[in-house]
Amino acid sequence: MGLDFTVVPDYFGMLLLGMGWTVAITISAGLLSFFGGILFAVIALYGHWALRLPFRAFAFLFMGTPLLLQLFLIYFGLIQIGIDLPAFVAGVIGLGLHFAVYNSELIQASILAVDKGQYEGARTLGLSRGQTLRRIVIPQAVRAVIPPMGNNMIALLKDSALVSVIGVAELTLAAQQAISRTYRPFEFYLAAAFCYYIINLALEAGLRRLERRIAASR
Amino acid sequence: MTDQAFVTIKNAAKSFGALQVLKDINLTVERGQIVAIIGPSGSGKSTLLRAINELDPLTSGEVWLEGVQVNKTLPHRQYEAHVNQVRQDIGMVFQHFNLFPHLTVRGNITLAPRMLKGLSEDEANKLAEEQLAKVGLAEKIDEYPSRLSGGQKQRVAIARALAMKPKVMLFDEATSALDPELVEEVNLVMKQLAEEHMTMIIVTHEMDFAASVCDRVLFMDQGVVVEEGPPSVIFENPQEERTRNFLRKHLSR
Ligand SMILES: Nc1ncnc2c1ncn2[C@@H]1O[C@H](COP(=O)(O)OP(=O)(O)OP(=O)(O)O)[C@@H](O)[C@H]1O
Ligand SMILES: [Mg+2]
Repeated sequence: MGLDFTVVPDYFGMLLLGMGWTVAITISAGLLSFFGGILFAVIALYGHWALRLPFRAFAFLFMGTPLLLQLFLIYFGLIQIGIDLPAFVAGVIGLGLHFAVYNSELIQASILAVDKGQYEGARTLGLSRGQTLRRIVIPQAVRAVIPPMGNNMIALLKDSALVSVIGVAELTLAAQQAISRTYRPFEFYLAAAFCYYIINLALEAGLRRLERRIAASR
Repeated sequence: MTDQAFVTIKNAAKSFGALQVLKDINLTVERGQIVAIIGPSGSGKSTLLRAINELDPLTSGEVWLEGVQVNKTLPHRQYEAHVNQVRQDIGMVFQHFNLFPHLTVRGNITLAPRMLKGLSEDEANKLAEEQLAKVGLAEKIDEYPSRLSGGQKQRVAIARALAMKPKVMLFDEATSALDPELVEEVNLVMKQLAEEHMTMIIVTHEMDFAASVCDRVLFMDQGVVVEEGPPSVIFENPQEERTRNFLRKHLSR
C-alpha cells in the first residue's frame, strides 16, 4: 500500500483540536512548572528542614523516575486514595511538577549566583530578607535562566505527547484515533510531527522575543 | 540621650573570627557635619561604615543615630524589624553602585519608598523625578542601569538613597570604581549635598576631595583611629608619624 496524504485533510479538524489541547497542556503545565520551579527553589534554599526534607524526596522522585510512571501514578494511583482527577488536570500536574523540579534546579543555582551587592543594596534601603528575595533576588535569578528554562519548555511540549496514554485527546492521541479509522499511520504520525514542529516554532519565537525584551534588564 | 551627638559610635570593636578589624573606635558626628575616613587598604574603613547600618554588626560597642541605638540586642524578629526601620534613615552608597539591574532607574528609586513608606505611584514618581533632577539625570528615568555610564549609575544610586530621606549618608569609596573622567560628576553631587548640610560619612581615597568638602578627617590604620581633626590639620600638619607616612604616599600623585 502506497502513501496517500489525501486522507489527512478529512481529519484536519480532529488534528487541529488535538493541537489545541497540546497547546493548552503545554501552557498550563508550563506556567505550573515556572511558578512551581520558583517555589521549589525557595523551599530548597530557605525552607524549614521539615519542609526541605520531604521536598528532597519529592524532587528525587520526579527527577529519578520515568515521567510516564509519574503520570500513571497521578491519574490511576491517586484514585485509590480518593483523588479522582480529570485526565487533563492529572496530565498538567504531572508534566508541570516534573518540569518544576528541573526549573527549580536552575533557579536555585541562579539565586545563589546573584551578587551579594544586590542583597546589600536592598537591605540598606530597609527591605526585609523576604522583600529582598521577592523583589530583587528572584526576579534577577529568573531572568538569568530564561534561556535554559525555555529549553525545558520545549522539552515539556514534546513530552506532552505522553499524556495521550491517560486519555487526553491531544495531538498524538488525535493522530492515533485518525489512524485507527484510516489505517494510515505514516501519514498521520507525519502530520502530527508537522503540527508539533509548528507549535515548537511558535514557542521558540516567543522565547526569543522574551529574551530580547529582558536583555536590557539584566 | 540628649547629650549625644547626632551619630555616636562608642567603643566599637569588630572581629572576623580571630582577626580583629576594629579596636575600640569612638566617633561622633554632629548633624550636618561631613566626616571623611581615610587610611590604608585593610585598615577597617569599610567595616566601620558598614557597622553603622548593621551590614557588619559590631562585636562590641554601640552605634547611635539621633538618640536611637542602631545595634540593639533584641530577639531575632524584633531585631530584624528594628534594623529594617533604622536603615531607612541611613543612606548608603557603594563602590559598585549595587543598582538593581532588572528595574529601570525609576523602579530603582521608587521601590523602597513605595514598599516601606507606602507612597502612592504618583507620589513615588514625583519623588523619583525630584531626586533625579537633583543629580542631573532627569532624562534617564526610564532607562535600565545597563544603559548608563558608571558615573550616571552612581548618581542614580545616590538619588535612590536620597529618596528615602535619610538622616545620614554613608559613602564607601563612591568614586573608586569609576573611570577618572567620571569622578568629577559624582563629586559634584556630593558637594551639592554638603551645601545642603546633609550629614555624611565618607570613606575615600581622594584626599583633595576630602580636604575640600569635609569638616573633619579621621585617619585609620589597623583598626584604630590614629588621628582625627579638621582637614587643615590632618593634611597640612599631621601629628602622627603613621599619618604622615600614609599621606606622603597618597598626596604625591
Ligand atoms: N566579611 C569579612 N570576613 C572576613 N574578613 C573580613 C571581612 N570583611 C573585611 N574583612 C577584613 O577586615 C579587614 C578590614 O577590611 P575593610 O574592608 O574594612 O578595610 P578597608 O579599610 O575598607 O580597606 P579598602 O581600602 O581596601 O577598602 C581586612 O583585613 C579584611 O580582609
Ligand atoms: Mg573598603
